[in-house]
Amino acid sequence: MNPAFVARMAWREGRASARRLLLLTASITAGVAALVAINSFTDNLRRSVQEQARSLLGADLSISSQKEFTPAVTALLDTLGQTGLARVTTFSAMAYTAAGSGARLVQVSGVTGPWPFYGDIVTDPAGAWGELSRGPHAVVDPSLLGALGAAIGDTLAIGAARFAITGTIARMPGDVGVRSALGPRVFIPGRYIAATRLLGFGARVEREAFIRLPVGEAAQPIADRYRARLRAENARIRTVAESQQNLDNALGRLGHYLGLVALIALLLGGLGVASATHVFVRQKADTIAVLRCLGATAGGVFAIYVAQAAVMGLIGSVLGAAIGIAVQHVLPSAIASALPLDVSTAPSWPAIGVGVATGVWVAVVFALLPLLSARRIPPLAALRQAYDPGGRPREPLRIPVLFLLAASVVALAAMQAGNPRTGLAFAAGIGASVGVLAITAWLLIRSVERWFPHTWPYVWRQGLANLRRPGNQTTAVVLSLGFGAFLLATLFLAQYNLLEELRITGGPSRPNLVFFDIQPEQVAPVSRAIAGAGYPVGSPVPIVPMRIRSIRGRPVAAIAADTLARARQRGRSAGGGWALRREYRSTYRDTMVASEKLVAGRWWGSGRTRGSPVPLSLEADVAADLGVRVGDAMVWDVQGVPVATRVVNLRDVDWARFEPNFFAVFATGALETAPQSFVVLTRAPDAARRGQLQREIAQRWANVTSFDIAVVQEAVERLVSRVVLAIRFMALFSLATGAVVLAGAVSTSRFQRLRESALLKTLGASRRQVLQVVLAEYLAIGLLASVAAFILAALAGWALAHFLFEIPFRLPLRQAATLIGGTAVLAVLIGTWGSVEVVRRTPLEVLRET
Amino acid sequence: MLHCESLTKTYGSGGRELTVVKNISFSLEAGGFLAIVGPSGSGKTTLLGLLAGLDRPTSGSVTLDGAVLERLSEDARARLRGEKVGFVFQSFQLIPTLTALENVQVPLELRGIAARERATELLARVGLAGREHHYPAQLSGGEQQRVALARAFSNRPRVLFADEPTGNLDARTGATVVDLMGELNRDLGTTLVLVTHDPDLAGRARRTIRLADGEIVADSAA
Repeated sequence: MNPAFVARMAWREGRASARRLLLLTASITAGVAALVAINSFTDNLRRSVQEQARSLLGADLSISSQKEFTPAVTALLDTLGQTGLARVTTFSAMAYTAAGSGARLVQVSGVTGPWPFYGDIVTDPAGAWGELSRGPHAVVDPSLLGALGAAIGDTLAIGAARFAITGTIARMPGDVGVRSALGPRVFIPGRYIAATRLLGFGARVEREAFIRLPVGEAAQPIADRYRARLRAENARIRTVAESQQNLDNALGRLGHYLGLVALIALLLGGLGVASATHVFVRQKADTIAVLRCLGATAGGVFAIYVAQAAVMGLIGSVLGAAIGIAVQHVLPSAIASALPLDVSTAPSWPAIGVGVATGVWVAVVFALLPLLSARRIPPLAALRQAYDPGGRPREPLRIPVLFLLAASVVALAAMQAGNPRTGLAFAAGIGASVGVLAITAWLLIRSVERWFPHTWPYVWRQGLANLRRPGNQTTAVVLSLGFGAFLLATLFLAQYNLLEELRITGGPSRPNLVFFDIQPEQVAPVSRAIAGAGYPVGSPVPIVPMRIRSIRGRPVAAIAADTLARARQRGRSAGGGWALRREYRSTYRDTMVASEKLVAGRWWGSGRTRGSPVPLSLEADVAADLGVRVGDAMVWDVQGVPVATRVVNLRDVDWARFEPNFFAVFATGALETAPQSFVVLTRAPDAARRGQLQREIAQRWANVTSFDIAVVQEAVERLVSRVVLAIRFMALFSLATGAVVLAGAVSTSRFQRLRESALLKTLGASRRQVLQVVLAEYLAIGLLASVAAFILAALAGWALAHFLFEIPFRLPLRQAATLIGGTAVLAVLIGTWGSVEVVRRTPLEVLRET
Repeated sequence: MLHCESLTKTYGSGGRELTVVKNISFSLEAGGFLAIVGPSGSGKTTLLGLLAGLDRPTSGSVTLDGAVLERLSEDARARLRGEKVGFVFQSFQLIPTLTALENVQVPLELRGIAARERATELLARVGLAGREHHYPAQLSGGEQQRVALARAFSNRPRVLFADEPTGNLDARTGATVVDLMGELNRDLGTTLVLVTHDPDLAGRARRTIRLADGEIVADSAA
């Protein structure tokens, strides 16, 4: 059959049912919008990273260390830093103002030299950064002013020094906002660090030197040349390219995951297209049979409708792309505070192209299966109205088309995920979820049939029965609407359980204020001060900083080199390296605490005389990272002194409990004389009194730092909410798709429902009754979708809590009811809105049309 | 022009077999006018469908203008219909989404022939000049059937099959439609095969085949 005819017929056919077809393809609009928005956003983000790369580090090179720079490192800095050298020394301390109340744990950074070399730190008032080094000034995070009730111009106390707050940080290049969430930052001129008198023993200090290279000199070769040598000196070198790469990877992953959530919306739209097409083909059966009588081939008829699906897919996708671009303009401002840089909002043409192409492809591929049955409508159907389709042969193309459909889903997921394995897993996950949702929906429908409420009023029975009218799209609507609700419910349950866990651990009898960095001779006076203020004092917990020297007799350096070589062979990054080289803050005691659970070996008894090696308990995950089992020998480097240990057991630790928890716990009798500091916990009833106590201790013992657990909880909640907000935003598109699919289904069945209601009215039904039938039908659909969704979400939420977060699962019934009710109301609103005509029109008008 | 030999059609439904057309043979010359009559369920429509190649017989054979239908593939039969066969249905079967003019154009356009002028001419001939851009729903039953007639003749068919063409029309409108069919039969030499209940309509045919229970019980030249 000639293509011109196919095109013409596709156009003429589409013209007449444009409204319905558009709704059909609007199913994919939300999905394409989500895809274009997130991909365009990610593209812009990456371009911005590229453009602003140098300002991310503020320099060409950085060398950092958690110890004092060794003479070798200092010599290297002098050589490399001839064009430009700046230093930033960062440590934790308590800050308070004379005028305000309370005290707050802050990160103090002493800046020496013209850092940053690239990019600008924007302050409020402007210019405060430039004035910083003029005197004892401090530029702080705005959150600190709020926490201390302070204002610009106030005097800030840090240790023994006093600073004038001259400004707050409005924007800082390369700042991801996560660090400042846990401790507000305070920038002071480097030359005043000594005046604080806080850098004594045991203080954790990070020293970082920033280097500006002469124009034209490449940073990477320098970094590569000195990296190994610096590592031996416990220092780390970073370049702009590396931090750009890290950020780029992180943003890429974020984009991929959000893109996958967007893809769900699109695939649900595909489901809507498939279902609507199925009904559409049934309604077109007469037309198709006549065309066949008039000499159209089966393939030709098929081509007409595939062409229609493609064109409608294109319209739906272009509309979606336009919405996506608009949404993309809003995205950066919604999550700007979490982003380390300025993001442009120019439309990304590759993202638009990919989005539109994906949309058209999904529309066509999902329409193919139901359209295959158009090939099977025989010309004879035009002659015999009640033609029995039972005798039709099976469509041989069914299997290839199903395969194409599955392959397309996997390919799209792989493309969006950035790798085939994730794509496959994701496609399988969606398939399984849709399957479980479909089975749940089916069971619910069956149980309605099985226990049909025969005694209910007629309108309710009719509404329920309508779910099964010929050509109904109940399953597709329940799936698409349900999946959106399922995503939102699962997100909600995950967030709820995570935060609930934090809240419970902060229950009424637990400590909520932690003092640490207490020197041995300060333990008694600090404890007395707390008790004197009327608060309970827990027993002091010793903390001993140390590193691993050897495992099973092999030095860590050799093990690390091996691990690195093996990881390179497998083409992966070495994850175990950090566990080998990091500093451990360990404790010693002879009993287990409530947050610990023994998983291998046995606990040692107390009071036994022990020589070397010292019994040691390791946290199970870190033991796995280190490749250590019960019975292995480990030698630790405790401030230069070797301490031999033997691993006698492994523990699981519930880190979510805000208690001093440790990777390594030593038996008593070995570390008592080692350099150490102590942690003391207490509990004060409200924030004001906690702040008061923090301030008193900080004023008397400047090196003792403290934090309020409620403040940390708030910070964690803010972080979790911010991540969840982005995912929830993408998941909303799925719900929107569900709504459109429902609207499409309402529109597709318009004629049928017009006739039904005309008949009802002819038989004496009032408009009110007809409206009630409609309400009953959509209330049932909405409840079906949301109940099925919530059952699935509860399962998923439980699995997440149990396997991923390892926390107990709680089901919030009140919120669950709200979600179920909300989805049902949405369904009823869309259903009745699309049924106004059904209620309004007189039976005669309808019957004359038929 | 049209020849069938031992034509039999059996439908199997639910394990029971139902033979709707039994061993029917006859020939019809070019330009002939045949009416197939008989009570409901006698197999008239099935026979018509088989003669037009809309379905395959269980056994037997149909030759239409020299082409042996059961040797042709589904698509080849579709092409044959497009070139040599016209249809008129009891329920008109106009495509509701197409205008009158477009409905008439379809058979020619299927073959890639620009058909606007001819379609306009045919509509004028069936008395619907000026109604070209109306949709089927905007036309009365008689007008719809006249559009269907114009469509049936648009490709100058060698054979026109009509299934109860006046079944849904009142007597006067029906007569107009039948007159038109007769005219076209005479002017264009089209062979006519029609299935009908209507004795008046059957009386106009030059030959009548009466069916009962799927078999020919009478075959008379009028």
